[in-house]
Amino acid sequence: MRFSFANVALQAFAHNSGWPEQWRNPEPKAAYEAIIVGAGGHGLATAYYLAKEHGLANVAVLEKGWLGGGNTGRNTTIIRSNYLMEESAALYEHALNLWEGLSQELNYNVMYSPRGVMMLAHNTHDVQVGKRHVHANRLAGVDNEWLTPDEAKAFCPLLNIARDIRYPVVGAALQRRGGTARHDAVAWGYARAASARGVDIIQNCEATAIRRDASGAVSGVETTRGPIATKRIGVVAAGHTSVVMAMAGVRMPVESYPLQALVSEPVKPMMPCVVMSNTIHAYMSQSDKGELVIGAGTDAYISYSQTGGLHIANHTLEAICELFPTVRRMRMLRNWGGVVDVTPDRSPIIGKTPVPGLFVNCGWGTGGFKATPGSGHVFAHTIARGEPHPLAAPFTLDRFRSGRLIDEAAAAAVAH
Amino acid sequence: MLLIPCPYCGMERPEIEFRYGGEAHIARPADPNALSDDEWANFLYFRSNPKGVLAERWRHTFGCGRFFNCLRDTASDKILAVYKAGEARPDGAAERAGPSA
Repeated sequence: MRFSFANVALQAFAHNSGWPEQWRNPEPKAAYEAIIVGAGGHGLATAYYLAKEHGLANVAVLEKGWLGGGNTGRNTTIIRSNYLMEESAALYEHALNLWEGLSQELNYNVMYSPRGVMMLAHNTHDVQVGKRHVHANRLAGVDNEWLTPDEAKAFCPLLNIARDIRYPVVGAALQRRGGTARHDAVAWGYARAASARGVDIIQNCEATAIRRDASGAVSGVETTRGPIATKRIGVVAAGHTSVVMAMAGVRMPVESYPLQALVSEPVKPMMPCVVMSNTIHAYMSQSDKGELVIGAGTDAYISYSQTGGLHIANHTLEAICELFPTVRRMRMLRNWGGVVDVTPDRSPIIGKTPVPGLFVNCGWGTGGFKATPGSGHVFAHTIARGEPHPLAAPFTLDRFRSGRLIDEAAAAAVAH
Repeated sequence: MLLIPCPYCGMERPEIEFRYGGEAHIARPADPNALSDDEWANFLYFRSNPKGVLAERWRHTFGCGRFFNCLRDTASDKILAVYKAGEARPDGAAERAGPSA
């Protein structure tokens, strides 16, 4: 049933008893045209675009837990596209363009809110890097502008621009089209739309092995719910990419780190935008529920524990309290961690692997949420055609051999 | 925060005294010019990143200042063993896999 004014009114009179389940919960079939491993936002988006744009409806998405329960449900929902390199800016801008029409496309309110993302500069180096980003973005057709501290304060009145603090604000880069969206709604919207087009979303079904035929090509997956045959597998497993790829004997240039976030008690609207500071590892926005959503940095060490160290969160809160003195007496309600897959150049890997029929979409590190629609869109193209989408072409696994890295470390070393 | 036993100091100290050194037992090739692109990429960028026992390096920066190795379960963060730089892995596992398929 579509979400429409008429249906909402009709259901209001029927005590909302007539809404059907939002997606099917099918048993796995014996074979599929393609299998996506991982039902996070990127995996579900991939399945949706496979069905919608490439006519591949006989697709399954396998999920070892529940859909959207990994990094999709754990991130701080920031959306922006002001990356330095042309390749990255093009990819993230593609995603941002899709965000703008996503609620209409999916008939599901993903609550995309272009409230502006402001990235602070605290020293001369930050200013030089920030302005370089602004100029590079404007040449690439991506909106990004430079603000003085007073202009930054006008855009975000909570901000402390005093000169005598430890890390004074000396400027800021603002992308007005950046903002936030509701992370769960993105997973649910893609799941609902993909399921409606015939995609099987199979939860509580962990891939345990990847089968290959005599030629070495992919022939299926073993799962906790039995073997499934397929010629094409797309691995979209975020922090567990190395684990899944090891099932096919492929080593990855990826390491998995804990990344944590926390939210405050809910309060009235006070924070009109997203503010990020890469230099002091802090970013903050306010959810529609009223909680201040705060992102911390990654821990130093490799871990799959989905738990970060308290000193990392503490470090972030020190910075937040200095930048926004008004929040000093607020209580934090929850703190949680995810596992992020980080590449050496902080750019994703989207494309083919040395194993025929095996595709991978990973390495989004600390900032994959913003790319969800674009990532799924270009990865679906790559799986369906067997050749990378033009926007995904630079993001090959082979770049680590050829040396053609896409170095976004300056843009996204910690806060993405 | 991890509580890390330093094998030189012989005592446990909080993680903030240490700096992380990444995966252990990755020796710089003696003659990089002799390597193929695949071998060089494997040395520079490809890591085992296991969910399970990982051999990793730590440096007791705000203590004795020395590098050592550590076996840690990355699923639970439990530290299984620490051993001095130059010593073999105490669990006898292969030190490092070669390039992939």
